[in-house]
Amino acid sequence: MNKTINVMIAGVGGQGVIKASDVLSRAAFRSGYDVKKSELHGMSQRGGSVCSDVRFGPRVWSPMVPPGEADFLLALEPDELLINRGRLRQEGVVVSPELVETARLSNRKSLNLALLGILSVHLDIPAACWLEAIHASFAEKLHAANEQAFAEGRRAAEAHRQGRSPA
Amino acid sequence: MTSSDRQLLSGNGAIALAAIHAGVALGTGYPGTPSTEILEEFSRRGGKAQWAPNEKVALEVGIGVAYGGARALITMKHVGLNVAADPLFSVAYTGVVGALVIVSADDPGMASSQNEQDNRRYAVAAGVPMLEPADPQEAYDYTFAAIEISERWGLPVLLRLTTRVCHTQAPVQPRTSFSTAPEPHFAHDLKGRNLIPPNARPAHRRLRHKLAEIEEWSETTPLNQALPGNGQAQLGLITSGVSYLHAREAEPGASFLKLGLTHPLPLKKIRQFVRGVKRCVVIEENDPCLADAIRAAGMAVESKEDLFRLGELNVDRVRRILACDHSPEPARPAGKPPELCEGCSHRVVFQALHDLDCIVAGDIGCYALGVLPPYSAMDCCVCMGSSIGIGLGLRHVLPRAEARRVVSVIGDSTFVHSGITGLVEMIYNPPPSGHVVILLDNSTTAMTGHQEHPGTGRTLNHQPASKVVYEDLARALGLPEVRVIALGRDSSEFAQLLRSSLAAEKLVLIVARRPCVLAAAHIREYEKRAAPPAAIST
Repeated sequence: MNKTINVMIAGVGGQGVIKASDVLSRAAFRSGYDVKKSELHGMSQRGGSVCSDVRFGPRVWSPMVPPGEADFLLALEPDELLINRGRLRQEGVVVSPELVETARLSNRKSLNLALLGILSVHLDIPAACWLEAIHASFAEKLHAANEQAFAEGRRAAEAHRQGRSPA
Repeated sequence: MTSSDRQLLSGNGAIALAAIHAGVALGTGYPGTPSTEILEEFSRRGGKAQWAPNEKVALEVGIGVAYGGARALITMKHVGLNVAADPLFSVAYTGVVGALVIVSADDPGMASSQNEQDNRRYAVAAGVPMLEPADPQEAYDYTFAAIEISERWGLPVLLRLTTRVCHTQAPVQPRTSFSTAPEPHFAHDLKGRNLIPPNARPAHRRLRHKLAEIEEWSETTPLNQALPGNGQAQLGLITSGVSYLHAREAEPGASFLKLGLTHPLPLKKIRQFVRGVKRCVVIEENDPCLADAIRAAGMAVESKEDLFRLGELNVDRVRRILACDHSPEPARPAGKPPELCEGCSHRVVFQALHDLDCIVAGDIGCYALGVLPPYSAMDCCVCMGSSIGIGLGLRHVLPRAEARRVVSVIGDSTFVHSGITGLVEMIYNPPPSGHVVILLDNSTTAMTGHQEHPGTGRTLNHQPASKVVYEDLARALGLPEVRVIALGRDSSEFAQLLRSSLAAEKLVLIVARRPCVLAAAHIREYEKRAAPPAAIST
């Protein structure tokens, strides 16, 4: 991979936007990429919109995804998808909760990790790096639920892919 | 993990790590987005870190540390430096023995601030060197550089960050070896540090002499780098801080003069760079500080249009600056505004202020959200501690019928920061209709992420400490009416108290108390930890 991958993660305070971007940036870092992750927080705890930019590749300059250059938009909230869609490039991919059967998550708060699981099928990041990043980002008692959500997201994305591919 | 491993760190985290590696003896400051995590992280990594009541006190403590020959790190957001400006200007004259590094975390775009002042102006005004890192690696490296400059020239050094430097995470390669910090010691220097006019005059001369030396040094230090572009030397960009990263992405082929030390400026180096390119543009966030200084030195450089002075820069805006495109920019998506949390005790207070149609002089903190619907119950919010003075001023001049509706609302941390002198003013110069101050005591500095302060009775790392008791303080000052209420879910009891306080036309302090709903569980935990073990009954 010799270009910068731009990911935006959007939601409102309390949905785990920043946690998800922590996991993604750690996973990319552990895979050996240069990484920059940036967001505006401060208001996030008061339920306002939060959007985190994660960029990785051989060399990342600006910490912010330029408008219209996001490759992926993870939206934990439908409104946030509408608000941020304009920052996605034309062929950019939206990752939204519709792909996930939330009933299958052992903890519904782990939806952020399920979306990362979906994203993971598009990225060149080894599974071991994802696992290390999840472990580094959560207290031990939360590892299982987050690993399960990640795996569930990944499974859903793979099933979706196969469903679409010609028989 | 050894110290040589690369780590993924925020700019704030990188400064904390550098402070540990450099042997900083004391870190102190006042919480303020985007600077807050520096001291928390410094403490978490084993450094001695403290929250001061405000930035002025923090800097004064830091001056003492540096007079004692040790290394001090003082952190604050940009507006905090306004509070600390008084000691800053004078310590530039007295100089220091150890290191005095002052972090100013600016907030272009006002993600979480009341203004977007450019604190590069302070470096020039106070006559202190300023470093501007662009990313976490530089935040780490420049912390060492700031200490080295501070110790070499005996001057305070400003380390200016911006929100995108503080809160960007990126890989950081720490150093593998560190020089040992000097042993603290005291040496008298009566003439050097007592700024009575006969001492201050030579002190100013000394400061200018030091700055001239640093300017000479700035011409050769690797902190300022000329980076040749591809080919024809057509376009040259002069830039600093995070603007460099946006510009580098927007114009990878251009030549760059990347300034890490932005005061004093290496004017010879800049002149050489300007001569070597066909078109030279200064790319900087906030005020045109670099462009003004370079133009004042007689060099023809392009600067941005004034519209780019507002808000943060990004890659797209740099492209617009370079294309001289001044067309209206696409509006940023509004997003969902923040609001007072479900179950927040401030809701009760603002409901009553709304219902009683009060004229509300507000202050800085979560409760500034009381301005938003459905309460719309805050008439002004200017700076830390201003609610009391502004409320008093309104009371002094408004017609009686309006004056008696004026209320000042201030949070607990903000009150300790700079509300106490307002209370003294209220007692000393009382308005004819009296005044009502509501102190919202939620037992934490909530807005910045639940930091302790002198009124919580706990230190930065949540250990027991002496506690400022507001009602005792107010009574000791001679305030005639001090009323304390434990806030419930319902606003009627509070409304009743407020109504009677307003009607009394006296000087009244209402301490409205209930822990922040987000912090309550943590606070209980800290209290439990601090409580002496229960006696075993026999």
